Amino acid sequence: MSAPSYLHQQGLLSWFLTLDHKRIAVLYMVTVTFFFFAGGLAATLIRIELVTPQGDLLTADGYNRAFTLHGVIMVWFFLIPSIPSVFGNFLVPIMIGARDMAFPRLNLFSWYLLLGGGLFTLLALLLGGVDTGWTFYTPLSTMFSNGHVVAVICGVFIAGFSSIFTGINIIVTVHTLRAPGMTWMRLPLFIWAIYATSIILVLATPVLAITLLLVAAEHLFNVGVFDPRLGGDPLLFQHLFWFYSHPAVYIMILPAMGVVSELITAAGHKRIFGYRFVAWSSVAIAVIGFLVWGHHMFVAGQSMYASLVFSLLSFLVSIPSAIKAYNWSATLYKSDLTLHAPFLFALTFIGLFIIGGVTGLFLALLAADLHAHDTYFVVAHFHYIMVGAAVAGYFGALHFWWPKITGRLYSQLWGKITAVLVFCGFNLTFFPQFLLGYLGMPRRYHAYDPDFQFLNVLSSAGASILALAYVLPFFYLLGSLRWGERAPMNPWEAAGLEWRVPSPPPLHNFEEPVTVDFEAYDYSPEARRDPV
Amino acid sequence: MIRSDEKPAEPFVAWAQQREAARLGIWLFLATEAMMFGSLIMVAWLYRLQHPDGVAEAVAGLHWQLATANTFMLLTSSLLMTLALAASEQGNALRLRRCLLGAALLGVLFLACKGVEYGLEYREGLLPGFAEDSPLHLPSAHLFMNLYFIATALHAVHVLVAVGLGLWLYMRLAPDNLSARGTRTRLEMVTLYWHLVDGIWILLFPTLYLVGR
Repeated sequence: MSAPSYLHQQGLLSWFLTLDHKRIAVLYMVTVTFFFFAGGLAATLIRIELVTPQGDLLTADGYNRAFTLHGVIMVWFFLIPSIPSVFGNFLVPIMIGARDMAFPRLNLFSWYLLLGGGLFTLLALLLGGVDTGWTFYTPLSTMFSNGHVVAVICGVFIAGFSSIFTGINIIVTVHTLRAPGMTWMRLPLFIWAIYATSIILVLATPVLAITLLLVAAEHLFNVGVFDPRLGGDPLLFQHLFWFYSHPAVYIMILPAMGVVSELITAAGHKRIFGYRFVAWSSVAIAVIGFLVWGHHMFVAGQSMYASLVFSLLSFLVSIPSAIKAYNWSATLYKSDLTLHAPFLFALTFIGLFIIGGVTGLFLALLAADLHAHDTYFVVAHFHYIMVGAAVAGYFGALHFWWPKITGRLYSQLWGKITAVLVFCGFNLTFFPQFLLGYLGMPRRYHAYDPDFQFLNVLSSAGASILALAYVLPFFYLLGSLRWGERAPMNPWEAAGLEWRVPSPPPLHNFEEPVTVDFEAYDYSPEARRDPV
Repeated sequence: MIRSDEKPAEPFVAWAQQREAARLGIWLFLATEAMMFGSLIMVAWLYRLQHPDGVAEAVAGLHWQLATANTFMLLTSSLLMTLALAASEQGNALRLRRCLLGAALLGVLFLACKGVEYGLEYREGLLPGFAEDSPLHLPSAHLFMNLYFIATALHAVHVLVAVGLGLWLYMRLAPDNLSARGTRTRLEMVTLYWHLVDGIWILLFPTLYLVGR
């Protein structure tokens, strides 16, 4: 008889005091799901308001607060912790053949930080909120805003330390706890992506921390740094903020890219095309991502030459991104495809990512950005990446590893329906916004020119489909816990260490210490699939 | 002197592995600290380039003598931490305790001296946020003082944490766990943190007080 699974122990305390990386991952999953629906509720308000040109549901001020709540919650309490903290925690130790993360107590502490910061922020947002947008631009946030700016900043600051500690934990785990034989070039590409993400988490988040600290000091004690009345430089805030927040976009998308590499190879039962290129492209995106922040400030008054350089560097990001997209497609060529639900999410990711990525090039182009800046074109572009692609990646991961995490199988049919609904609903919601932006509709207004109504109604209609698609898994996945069949060890016939331990895995992941003597994605006929 | 009944913490199979992990972890954490203070120092230099007159006015009013004394104390405390680490490797309990206590004491002195400095600046009306009629004329001088205040206050918080960690180590030291591997790892981590706090000051001191004097 094998060892009891990690879910064996009962009782709330066994969860809240757990040091097991798999249980902490489940805690994170529950938490980010909660924040996802909280942020989604604000999005619903926004889309209902925008059905008609005049402001009827929300006041102008209420609308500002709604989109700020939506942005703050979704960015810091769903997107950034989603894949790294949930699936990174669950999978990194198992995929590299380790028993746990390097610092289990720090890991649990990170979860408490995220939860505490998130609830604090949510409370501040509900008690009146802020009207600054998720970007907290100065001098609006320090001089003119009359909301709970400092409270929300504190919440985000606390959550930032959760990111930093998770990043440190992942990097140290990958460096020191790989099983014998698990060389860097044998690591699953998910690990490479999470590793690159962690580098950004560790190096970029502190800059956000200090920036928010400066805003709070200016707001509370009148200690000016950004305030123009004191000779301060509001543009400096934008530099510091985007130095974090542009890499933060890659925090959201890189882990999803890692997930897609896993889903594509598992669906095609084939080794990834160009392993090294896909692996290093993650690192390249992380590194170049630090050098492109100025493309958010093309019209903010920075030097023209700086803009030129930032524009060029922004174009460079497309190279490693395209390498990934092409290599995924090449992997599928002549492969032994199984059309299961996770694979459909991977395809959704690729489709939405390509649209989002290509429109990103429009915005990286100086002349085109002048026209599209601060319009719905930008809103549509970053939603394609941060929501369309990143959430498709998250859902793909959820559907792929759900049997491993819970030990239950869910309905493939419902999974496939959801994937298709996400793709259609998403495009219907956000493609009209590209047109709206191109036609000149500015972002962040609760009322608009009646000429824009048709496209806005289309967008809101799409949003209702998207909302349905995002809520559906909640039912059939939770239902599978009760009615689902027990999952076998390897339901997708996939390669990788996590598929060679029972579902759900035992407390210590592996009953015997693991030695790795196979390459990543070894789908050759003679490859071994027996338990380790 | 190495105890054989001590086992590495849960996910590790060997002491060398745990030590490597702890070192990498603390270095990464120090990197985050460097990024955090790095952006402040970068902003200070940006101001120096953009507003040389205002910065010169602000710098002229700073108490560089006190800061020099502080630099001396912090560097010495860092040396004592290194000596503490060496003492623990030699198993010299008495010297280890003395060094730890000495380092913590110097840290407290640093904070006291910083407090005196803030007090003087408050009386001179230089401290931002509190003073109504400041003797500084140029707006950019105010700006630099603001930055000075934020950077040194944040650094002082770090010194306070370092002192706390040093005292915590001191309290936990019992004769039977002196040579325990866990103690030594903790000591090494605190020493590294201490050096970082010291290193940040070495950059802050010329950036804020010296250049352009």
